[in-house]
Amino acid sequence: MSPMSRRRFLRAGLAAAAGVTGIAAADRLAHRYGLIPPDGGGIYGPGETLNYAAQRLLTPHAPAREFPRSMISKTPFANAVAPQSDAFKHLQAGGFADWKLAVDGMVARPTEFSLADLKHFPVRSQITEVACEEGWSYIAEWIGTPLQGILHEVGVMPQARYIAYFSIYPDWWDSIDMGEAAHPQTLLTLGMNDGDLPVSFGGPLRLRVPRQLGYKSVKYITRLTATDSMKKFDKGLGSAAPEGGYAWWAGI
Amino acid sequence: MVCYSPHVSSAGTPQNPRTPRHGAVVRVTHWLTVLAFFALLITGGEIVISHPRFYWGEVGNSTMQPLFSLHIPASRDTVPTGYNYVMPDQNGWSRYLHFQASWLAVLTGLIYGIAGFWTGHFRRDLIPGRGQRTWCAFRNVMAKTFRRGPPDAAEARSYNVVQRATYMIVIFLLFPLAIWTGLAMSPAFTGAFPLTVIALGGRQSARTLHFFISVALLLFVVVHVAMVYLAGFKSRMRAMITGRAVEEERP
Repeated sequence: MSPMSRRRFLRAGLAAAAGVTGIAAADRLAHRYGLIPPDGGGIYGPGETLNYAAQRLLTPHAPAREFPRSMISKTPFANAVAPQSDAFKHLQAGGFADWKLAVDGMVARPTEFSLADLKHFPVRSQITEVACEEGWSYIAEWIGTPLQGILHEVGVMPQARYIAYFSIYPDWWDSIDMGEAAHPQTLLTLGMNDGDLPVSFGGPLRLRVPRQLGYKSVKYITRLTATDSMKKFDKGLGSAAPEGGYAWWAGI
Repeated sequence: MVCYSPHVSSAGTPQNPRTPRHGAVVRVTHWLTVLAFFALLITGGEIVISHPRFYWGEVGNSTMQPLFSLHIPASRDTVPTGYNYVMPDQNGWSRYLHFQASWLAVLTGLIYGIAGFWTGHFRRDLIPGRGQRTWCAFRNVMAKTFRRGPPDAAEARSYNVVQRATYMIVIFLLFPLAIWTGLAMSPAFTGAFPLTVIALGGRQSARTLHFFISVALLLFVVVHVAMVYLAGFKSRMRAMITGRAVEEERP
């Protein structure tokens, strides 16, 4: 081996060792600071982790864009939902007076809220865009109460790291980290464009997460659970979305 | 206008024949970019199939008039395509892989960009030399290419002005624009940096531009591979894999 190639060999070896050490250190730091998403394993784990970690590190508090009233879409588009269950139709027939939102898990005071109860919380509205992962979008005004206030009311424990939320639809659920849950735009939505939230858009109760794509805004919410780990839920990937092949963090 | 400089070499100054045709960083980042590009192309195509309609402005959906649509079946039955056939949904893994490949492309591009300035690769290989920066030189190369004239001896070791201009457009314009227009579709990113999408005319404009930039990059790849084929597939591939130009292989 000539001195030239030995030097090159040593240099390449040092670079490789530095690279492996660097990745191992980054992995440990990412675990400590909660930068690994629940679906951060598997072959697409590195990309998914980089997406989520970049958002957590660079833009944790940035608000979703809001729009002037003149930009509200005249023809919003609601993605089709499978036919409603008998339980839903029964609640609908009663004007959703018996609709309940259960909040449980790592909370000091597990509580059930009716829609009327939720209307006693501070009302906020936002004109934000729903962007579907397929590519289409629309802008609407969303009216409701920030999730943050409800979590404060039930006393979420400090060790809780995620809020999981469940639809009345079986197998339709999702979760967000506490930063997203406490974000002022994350809205338990009861109204849309100055009226009640139509059923096709998720009425009577939808969780709007406007900093992420439309599929994170699950329709027909009946239950919220505070938890320290998403491993306990179904396949442990953080939501029904990764089980269907879709990313848990949908900010891009 | 007549060009009076046909004898000026259209390529840059020939290098020391002992230096490799392509440096190690260029070769490694080239093939990583090839990998990332094809992953992005295939998954991007799959994502477009779920809504093959394009709009201009902030919003666009199936209830609105598109700017144009691709005449293909969609992978969603909610999209009016005129076909009765709904393609299988591939968006889940396509989106995962699209972003993973984006990271590969961006990190590879960063290494390439830093090394390109550091080693003088941009100055030496990409920025047209002083004698080349004329329309005459440009026209001479184009004319010779279309005549299928034999390349200058220097062109086996160095890029001519048209190649340099094309590579610079791809590296410094199309790739950055693809990244920008892609990020301009992210609700989290545009929330933090709203001007990045406002400057493009809105989210749907960003999506439409992202599509056109991808088409331009695909066109580049098609022409690039065709040129490599015409110039000698084996020798050009060897140069990009081992670094050695073909002349050195001959005894």
